[in-house]
Amino acid sequence: MIGKGELREPRWFGRVLVVLLCVPAVLVILGLTSDILRGTRYFGSDPVKEGEHFLGEWTLRLVLATLAITPLRQLTGWNWLAKHRRTLGLFAFAYVILHWSAYAFLDVQLNWADLKTDLLKRPYIYLGMIALTLMIPMAITSTKAMIRRLGRNWARLHRAVYVVAILGVIHFGMAVKKDLTEPFIYGAVLAALLGWRVVRALKNRAAMAQ
Amino acid sequence: MLIRRAPDLKSSEITTESQYLNRREWIASMGALGAVTAFPSIAKALGASPQGQDPKPIGTPMGLQPNDTPTPWADVTGYNNFYEFGTGKEDPAENARAFKPLPWTVRVEGMVNKPADYQLEDFLKPHKVEDRIYRMRCVEAWSMVIPWRGIQLSDVLKRAEPTSSAKFVEMTTLFDPRRMPGQNSRVLDWPYVEGLRLDEAMHPLTMLATGVYGRTLPNQNGAPLRLVVPWKYGFKGVKSIVRIRLVDRQPRNTWNLSAPEEYGFYSNVNPEVDHPRWSQASERRIGEFRRRPTLMFNGYADQVASLYSGMDLRKNY
Repeated sequence: MIGKGELREPRWFGRVLVVLLCVPAVLVILGLTSDILRGTRYFGSDPVKEGEHFLGEWTLRLVLATLAITPLRQLTGWNWLAKHRRTLGLFAFAYVILHWSAYAFLDVQLNWADLKTDLLKRPYIYLGMIALTLMIPMAITSTKAMIRRLGRNWARLHRAVYVVAILGVIHFGMAVKKDLTEPFIYGAVLAALLGWRVVRALKNRAAMAQ
Repeated sequence: MLIRRAPDLKSSEITTESQYLNRREWIASMGALGAVTAFPSIAKALGASPQGQDPKPIGTPMGLQPNDTPTPWADVTGYNNFYEFGTGKEDPAENARAFKPLPWTVRVEGMVNKPADYQLEDFLKPHKVEDRIYRMRCVEAWSMVIPWRGIQLSDVLKRAEPTSSAKFVEMTTLFDPRRMPGQNSRVLDWPYVEGLRLDEAMHPLTMLATGVYGRTLPNQNGAPLRLVVPWKYGFKGVKSIVRIRLVDRQPRNTWNLSAPEEYGFYSNVNPEVDHPRWSQASERRIGEFRRRPTLMFNGYADQVASLYSGMDLRKNY
């Protein structure tokens, strides 16, 4: 094991985490409400688009954060991080729901014809929708009772997070007009997080074989 | 979604300039933490010009609908696509601040009887400067109403005397990565080139703009000289023009080179022909919440539809 840090969980950690994760959502809800109803420009000249993208990026950040827990734990030995993964995952789900709501209610404004063509014809939309759909069963089965009830299948089901993260990065990359810098950054972080797991699995296998 | 009413702003809460400058420093210092990437528009909101100091829109409304009102100055000059100064909408206003548009030389060349290099003043001098309020529709499905100041491109072309073989006009942006930092990135094939068919270029609606809101064109809007074609998507409006060339073949325009299946040569505003990734049937007017239906030729069909009679506008997108 690398770096067996003995740092114990600060007592405030869980509560502070929840409060911090609420901040972007509160900002975007207050900001957009003000921009739309009162014509302010907290979210720029096109607040609906900006707010929609803001929520999408926070979703992606949180999905990547859930994937960062395991490597972080292995690197630092702070095993108590594991129990906050659910918090991060549920917040990722809350943000994706807000992201979708901004898209459907504020951007497309519930124009059914547009929603339908978007969903059927535009790859970045349906890839995003697949990712969102995959997050629903994970959110539903996040309770302790469900973890117990599903046993080994719980871990299998929650491996869908890898697909969600990959689809999320692709969805982002396809949505931007031209400048792929940001999607590449997210892609690189995701590659590092997945690469870490692959390398560890290979090392473990080699160790077992000896 | 939870919609809460924001508290009303009292005049005592309005940020003074010095407070606002301090806040900018604070925001800059947060940059290392990624706070600016996370909340970019908050930085922008703090930089918004105080209400009441904006110039009044002036000019002859042309092709406006009854519910069209000029887009506020802060949006017209703060929300721009000008990749030469960065790909974010708020980048050009920031990164073009140091750009010095004058002195400026415009070359008129190609299939003309009178090719010439002009200093900008001499280029503009013989022509009538007008203020006109036009609708502007971006290919990204947002729109504005902009009071432009400028001259008719047709006047410039007549002065240059196109030869009988000239069929198209090609216009090119300055290429100077030291002055236009966005050109250091390969995001597009520089310099930016756009083109029009000669009859489109000669149309009386087609303008070379030198100003907005009765003021000199801000750098981020394409100073000192940019094209305005109100019935086409905004990216046709090539900015900071240094060369106007008359040619006999259809020029390859930059966005068409970059993504041919998404951006055509004609790029006429057309609610019936979707962009592959989004619908063009409606648009969001900057400053408004409800989407508006997009109009054929952006509302200029009466003036320009005849230019395209008999053409398949689905193929010639």
